[in-house]
Amino acid sequence: MSYHRLEIKDLTVSYKRVPAVHHVSLELNCGSCIGLLGPNGAGKTSFFKALAGLVPIETGTVRFHDQSGKDLRSEIAYLPQRTMVDWDFPVTVRGIVEMGRYQALGWWKKFREADRLAVDRALETMELKDLAERQISALSGGQQQRVFLARALAQEAHVFLLDEPFSGLDKPAQDLLGSTIRHLAAAGNLLVVSHHDLKTVRELFDEVIFINGELVAFGETDQVFSMENIQKTFQTNIFSGVVHEPGLAL
Amino acid sequence: MNLVWLFEPFRHEFMQRALFGCALIGFTNGALSSFIVIRRLALMADAMAHSLLPGVAVALLLFGLMPGTLFVGALVAALLVAFGTQIISNSSRIKEDTALGLLFACSFSLGLVLISLCSVRVNVSDYLFGNILGLGDADLWIIYFISLVALPILVGMERPLLLTMFEPSIASSQGVPVASVKYVLIGLLVLAMISSLQAVGVILALGMLIAPAATIYLLSDSLAAMFWVGGILGSAGSCTGLLISYWLNLPSGPCIVLVLGGVFLLAYLFAPRYGIVLKLLKPRHFHEASLARWKR
Repeated sequence: MSYHRLEIKDLTVSYKRVPAVHHVSLELNCGSCIGLLGPNGAGKTSFFKALAGLVPIETGTVRFHDQSGKDLRSEIAYLPQRTMVDWDFPVTVRGIVEMGRYQALGWWKKFREADRLAVDRALETMELKDLAERQISALSGGQQQRVFLARALAQEAHVFLLDEPFSGLDKPAQDLLGSTIRHLAAAGNLLVVSHHDLKTVRELFDEVIFINGELVAFGETDQVFSMENIQKTFQTNIFSGVVHEPGLAL
Repeated sequence: MNLVWLFEPFRHEFMQRALFGCALIGFTNGALSSFIVIRRLALMADAMAHSLLPGVAVALLLFGLMPGTLFVGALVAALLVAFGTQIISNSSRIKEDTALGLLFACSFSLGLVLISLCSVRVNVSDYLFGNILGLGDADLWIIYFISLVALPILVGMERPLLLTMFEPSIASSQGVPVASVKYVLIGLLVLAMISSLQAVGVILALGMLIAPAATIYLLSDSLAAMFWVGGILGSAGSCTGLLISYWLNLPSGPCIVLVLGGVFLLAYLFAPRYGIVLKLLKPRHFHEASLARWKR
């Protein structure tokens, strides 16, 4: 079975002329769950934001399934860190998931039966049916993360960018979220997950991306997740003049 | 019992105007207040109200006491301050609240200086505290016009507004023009503010612009409810305040704000889920339910 792929070519993002992501090229296949590893300030969030179209891309292209630019928006769902969200916002779980439909509906199109079904399906897949009418602050951290996944499912996105979804979750919640994202990947979606806990990398991810401003390494977890790459990623200074060999990534 | 006094206010033309004005202003401000409360723009709104003064003064200097020109002057001044704030905060390390505080203080001072130069004797207290009973035809038209512009825009932009309010970065990744949505909201805030000037004046305008949604926020978990019920509450509260001020011969602006504040207090105390009284009366935790859950 051949899957779609997200093709990133020569991606650079910079803030005030300081590059945060520097000439990164990657090809990521749908159906896999990919860990994005790197120290703080390595450009993980910038990388996500560039893929989601939130920050301007300085060089390079992002393509998915022969689409690029604005056409990508419905395909890519960005899930920001949980701390970025105002959880006292007057909205229920169902309300958040319904927001996933708004992109397809535009500003005025009526919310139809089909939309309601899509929302129900997403709630069911994420096992949130019983919590649908709850206000969002009355949820645990893991549940909050699943609400955002449900919103992305309702959006019918195929690429999920999760920014630090595991941070602040206890072990059982982490395990549940882990199996949830594995399920989503098995269903043919592409999940890119920025992650800090190196201990759980092997059990969670098929492939890993090491990034520290520049791409350090990318490949199957078994092959790439090595002490050498970890040290290279977490110990070199960004843009210190260390040039990573072009062929290293692939 | 003689109830003539109850209906007396409705017989005067100036009161009919005032009530009509209050209903409209109350609704527009009440509906918009949902966004002010959610976005925590309350202090920004207050600063903006003060910054209207130089616009009013310039209009007075140039054209004398005409409601239409005062409106335009106030609008221009507020927009200058609002967008000046955005420009300063976006282009330097100065944060938005600092920029706004600075601009509004300067703007208000400039207004006071200009007013002192005016040849027309202006009653600043009308501006500060409002004078709903003195509503002229032009004032009513302006209020009518503002409601007619603001409400359809708010209703039409419900989805992009909701997405932007909740989480701007997800909204933006879904293709919502987040920056433009914010500017539209600030523009509408300025308009609503101007419409409430006549009713309650600069200093009390904030009351109409946050009390209704603050009240509903304690009663509901739906932004749509905050919007519509906030509008109705703003409208009803303003009219009630106006009538009370007539019956008891009290100043109208403060009465309006006090009624809205009183309703808020009731919600704060007695709201079913978020009120403090019921929270105190409820048992600390659901003993049986918790026990059952632990046993599972």
